[in-house]
Amino acid sequence: MAKPQRIEVNESANISVVRFKDQKIIDPVAIQELGQELFELVEKEERRKIVLNFGNVEFLSSAALGKLITFEKKAKRIGAELILTNISPEIYQVFAITNLDKLFKIMDGEADALAVL
Amino acid sequence: MASSNSNAERTLRASLPSNLTDYHAFIQTTLDHLAQLGWGKCELFGIHMALEESISNAIRHGNKEDPAKRVQVECRLSPSRFWISVCDEGAGFQPESVPDCCAADRLEVIGGRGLALMQAYMTRLQYNDRGNCLVMEKVLAGPSPNGACCCE
Repeated sequence: MAKPQRIEVNESANISVVRFKDQKIIDPVAIQELGQELFELVEKEERRKIVLNFGNVEFLSSAALGKLITFEKKAKRIGAELILTNISPEIYQVFAITNLDKLFKIMDGEADALAVL
Repeated sequence: MASSNSNAERTLRASLPSNLTDYHAFIQTTLDHLAQLGWGKCELFGIHMALEESISNAIRHGNKEDPAKRVQVECRLSPSRFWISVCDEGAGFQPESVPDCCAADRLEVIGGRGLALMQAYMTRLQYNDRGNCLVMEKVLAGPSPNGACCCE
């Protein structure tokens, strides 16, 4: 993959830890690029254990949620495991309001996810 | 953007173009005013969400990003009340026709979460009969019906 613009990916024992570069995930072009970069992780690079670290994310729109749902569906279809971590209370509330806390596997910290993947 | 201030209430008005980038400055200005009026971080997050979803819905679904159409926004701000009207030039829609995106069998459906988020964060939300104008209100003293405010 060309150097990603929206995410930073680090490998740790066959687990890909993804951090978001944008603090606010709102812009439609940025969301489109973010989706493509996430999709490539499972579709082209065949990564099968992924942690999405939201530590840098202060705000995200429902359009960004939609892209994350698409990513979750692709990952599930391919057989990749996905865990979301380091979600702020405000962002977690967005997941809870929309019941997406029941769709995604969410853990407190990156270490928690690395321990179970 | 036009604005008027008094000690108790500030009014912001804007006619926004139908693209998905130019409205962010209006949102930031509104949030800055609310912060000056003493609104806290968690309430500002919910209002940010309501502004983002209502205006982007008007541009995307209402005006269908038609550059010939505008979105008219008016905000009335006070230390305890946030009020907003968002009107687009589209055909309108019936909010009750939007499927419940939060239902267990619809969690993987991509869209439809903006309305649920606005309802959760606001005290009151109402569309006109045509469905192209939305009025929302958040009253600081009263919890929203779903209790979506404090994140502690």
